[in-house]
Amino acid sequence: MNMQSLNLDKRSATTTQPPDVRVAEVPVAKLIDISKCIGCKACQVACMEWNDLRDEIGINVGSYENPRDLSAESWTVMRFAEYQRENGDMEWLIRKDGCMHCADPGCLKACPAPGAIVKYSNGVVDFISENCVGCGYCIAGCPFNVPRISSIDNKAYKCSLCSDRVSVGLEPACVKACPTGCIQFGSKVDMIARGKKRVGDLKERGVQTAALYDPPGVGGTHVMYVLPRGDAPERYSGLPADPSISPWVAVWKGVSKPLLSAGLGLAVLGAFFHFVTRGPKEEHADEEEEKQ
Amino acid sequence: MTNQWVDIKNADLVLIMGGNAAEAHPCGFKWVSEAMENRKAKLVVVDPRFTRSAAVADYYAPIRVGTDIAFLGGVINYLLANNKVHADYVRAYTNASFLVGEGFHYADGLFSGYDAAKRSYDRSTWAYELGKDGFVVVDETLENPRCVYQLLKSHYSRYTPEMVERICGTPKDKFLKVAEFIGSTATPERVMTICYALGWTHHSHGSQNIRTMAMIQLLLGNIGRPGGGVNALRGHSNVQGITDQCAYSEVLPGYLSAPTEADDTRDKYIAARTPKALRPNQMNYGQNFAKWHTSQMKAWFGDAAKADNGFCYDWLPKRDGAYDVLAIFERMFQGKISGFIAQGFNPYAALPNRKKVAMAMSKLKYLVVIDPLKTETGEFWQDYGDKNPVKPEEIKTEVFRLPVSSFAEDTGTFTSSGRVIQWHWAGQDPPGQAKTDREIVAQLFTRVRDLYRKDAGKLPEPILGLTWPYAIATAPSPEELLREMSGRAVTDVVDPADKTKVLVPAGQQLAGFGQLQDDGSTACGNWIYSGVFSQAGNLSARRDTSDPGGLGNYLQWGFAWPANRRILYNRANTDPKTGKPWDPKRGGISWNGKAWAGIDVPDIKPDLGPDSGAGPFIMNAEGVGRLFALGGMAEGPFPEHYEPFETPIGTNPLHPQVVSNPAARVYKGDMEAFGKADKFPYAATTYRLTEHFHFWTKHGVLTAIVQPQAFVEISEDLAKEKGIANGEQVKVSSNRGELKAVALVTKRVATLTCDGKKVHTVGIPIHWGFLGVTKPGYLANNLTPYVGDANSQTPEYKAFLVNIEKA
Repeated sequence: MNMQSLNLDKRSATTTQPPDVRVAEVPVAKLIDISKCIGCKACQVACMEWNDLRDEIGINVGSYENPRDLSAESWTVMRFAEYQRENGDMEWLIRKDGCMHCADPGCLKACPAPGAIVKYSNGVVDFISENCVGCGYCIAGCPFNVPRISSIDNKAYKCSLCSDRVSVGLEPACVKACPTGCIQFGSKVDMIARGKKRVGDLKERGVQTAALYDPPGVGGTHVMYVLPRGDAPERYSGLPADPSISPWVAVWKGVSKPLLSAGLGLAVLGAFFHFVTRGPKEEHADEEEEKQ
Repeated sequence: MTNQWVDIKNADLVLIMGGNAAEAHPCGFKWVSEAMENRKAKLVVVDPRFTRSAAVADYYAPIRVGTDIAFLGGVINYLLANNKVHADYVRAYTNASFLVGEGFHYADGLFSGYDAAKRSYDRSTWAYELGKDGFVVVDETLENPRCVYQLLKSHYSRYTPEMVERICGTPKDKFLKVAEFIGSTATPERVMTICYALGWTHHSHGSQNIRTMAMIQLLLGNIGRPGGGVNALRGHSNVQGITDQCAYSEVLPGYLSAPTEADDTRDKYIAARTPKALRPNQMNYGQNFAKWHTSQMKAWFGDAAKADNGFCYDWLPKRDGAYDVLAIFERMFQGKISGFIAQGFNPYAALPNRKKVAMAMSKLKYLVVIDPLKTETGEFWQDYGDKNPVKPEEIKTEVFRLPVSSFAEDTGTFTSSGRVIQWHWAGQDPPGQAKTDREIVAQLFTRVRDLYRKDAGKLPEPILGLTWPYAIATAPSPEELLREMSGRAVTDVVDPADKTKVLVPAGQQLAGFGQLQDDGSTACGNWIYSGVFSQAGNLSARRDTSDPGGLGNYLQWGFAWPANRRILYNRANTDPKTGKPWDPKRGGISWNGKAWAGIDVPDIKPDLGPDSGAGPFIMNAEGVGRLFALGGMAEGPFPEHYEPFETPIGTNPLHPQVVSNPAARVYKGDMEAFGKADKFPYAATTYRLTEHFHFWTKHGVLTAIVQPQAFVEISEDLAKEKGIANGEQVKVSSNRGELKAVALVTKRVATLTCDGKKVHTVGIPIHWGFLGVTKPGYLANNLTPYVGDANSQTPEYKAFLVNIEKA
């Protein structure tokens, strides 16, 4: 799985202090400049290539969106929305969808499994599959509806911001593949500066509604957009205008979490004994392969 | 491209029309993006659909498929009527002031010299008026009614904004807005680039689409300039290279027109292709034709090619008719071809009217398919149900499939759209028994030669006499081939002025085509590639990113033909009198008092200064760009709007008696196969998607995941009329066949009003077929018509008629 840095800022379901931050890391960010995005899906393919993901070859349901949705095998998809202005002019609003890497990640807050979700000190929010129990609370906790549970191993998956690449000084795969330079990567400070410059450029061109999307409701994000229609983020296939963590997550964290955690712990223990006594689920498949 | 990819970043206005650069050329589109960010350039898109390019454009205008000349003719009219022309440029660098002979005229859709029975023109009257000195008569005031400028003005005066709206369906205000954008680049400080692709070539008047734009760029003074030019975005990493090397039989490598039966002697052949200067002091570079051709013969036939045997000219085949791909398959259809080799070509998917192509290929005795993939061509005889309804038991064609390396498994060169020849290295070995194209062709040749040696046969000389100097006869190396194309001195090349002075010693590689000779002392396989592999080594392999001018010329990166020049006609970037750049910030070359110098290779003799009067268009005998094309185009010296052969409005509002291109070739049976708007009321067009490359990538899992199934795009209006819901299966039919696909109902396809009629457009992406890992689909060419452009014979894939209904 991922390179597991010890430079943690937050760790799910862990009340103790996270392991010491050994290196003071600069927060990073990915900037997606929608005014330059042509929806070519090179980022999707690069993501599949680097992370070795292969979704199903689906069908067309009357849309350029393929695969149809995020999944355990599709960590990013292009969303295409058509909008017609009052004067009849068209807009084709294309947005790369995927994990926003919130500074205050709702998924991590909601997660009951210790260490299944971590936030590195550089801001990247990562899922650590070996700790995941597949409960799906991260989905409920995410204001952007991003994580997906795999039907194969019943664990949650999402974009890791290529934490393995970033930890060795490389840019995420999508950034490297993007042909128009629409996706950029760097320190959050630099990306904010670049985003603001691009917003200024767009306003100068007459796009007065341009804005940088770095929503404060989740403490800001480590994936930001330059939106030409910054006044109406929802037009970009339902990008929330003011995302925040569901109040239920707070309830869960405050009152019921210890009880449920205990229950979950038992379930995990049960699963462990099931594993010890019955072995892994894919046993039969392995045997068949060995026979061949 | 007259310019090159990187140069797009120097534009102030990018026009995308006849193409969809963001969709089909996403990597090259980065330069549009750079121009927009760094130069604050505007992007304008004109297209029948609101495309991916339109999604990031500053302005978009819709247009009916197949009506680009009407639109661009309207632009010419706008520019002339509103004085949006670069006057100094037009006067000095175009033939605006040249007088045209009295015999030339135009009326009601036809130019002088038309022969209706032959569907072609006698072009002899499409000529300049020559003075007693043999040079063209000019009128610098541009007032003579017979001068090109006045004829142009009168020709396009019919293309009013109202007429544009009537033909194209583009609302008048939108047309005028686009014209205003374009007109803004008539000043020396502003430059427009035009990026087009198959959206302009795939028409029965495709070449004229491009010519109309070239004329606009001449009027605006945008040719030869950084950020300007007329730029064909080519669809494959090396399709420019294929064209340069002559992948079809009508030209020899380097665009030397191949001999026809009329050229029965070498002298006749050379004379017919060596232009005489039409104005004093012009370079008229075409006068060197004999040097290029003779050197090619020396490269092919070596010592056998001698002055006393006409350098083996008699061994060259003489064309007895057309040999473009439509003509070849027509011959095949008539049962006149027994064998066909499809190398890196999938004609069964690529050629129009699949049914006809299937019948043609069924008449072959044998078919050889050289391809890394299992192609529809190799499988054409297999029954794939309604996706390929053929009867294998009735097809006797024997099919051989030879597995070949893919581009990434072989070393060689790619030539980009910008003419930059770049060496590439094999990433890995080809799998299994696959061999490289070089090995396959060399083995075919050596075996055929062995058969001729053994059994003699008819005319064995060209086969036995072909020079084959490779270290391993069955596997010529890419380096050997590039050296051969680039050229060498066979014997000492001496200075004509001083015969004792040796310019290039025998055996050395040549520095460029300037050293080619017509006496047999040089050998060069392709004159335009001359210099790519010189004594300095393989220049295509250079990877130096130094860019002294900051304009992205990169003269030390690869090698651009011709002569490593990055912007063609770059003399036109300078003032005719001073030789200084029109815009000092975008200087390419300039005259320093003694010579042309700068950050590009001058496209003019280095010491031919402004005082000489030599024009920048050195390949034209008159030295200037042609607003009037003389006899160069099949359907007339000025582009005229003709409807597609299948027109949704059934008439031509400019001249109802001449509806479609009168000079386009239509074979017997194909005219009858055209549909009419009563049964097939919707305008259809085919195109490519960014997720796929032609019919290859449907074999790739990742590309199949991101675009898995065939669809057609229709407007909400049409969907409503036909009761079609988004995502439903539909059947699209033309008079030649049908296909089924998913309906993608979208606001991005506009319903237009043309000549008083409502015109709906059906958009058909082409990438699916009965093979591959995507969902199986129908070949789009079940629908398309078998007719091509009157000049290039490129088929009319972009404008035809269909009907659509729920499947």
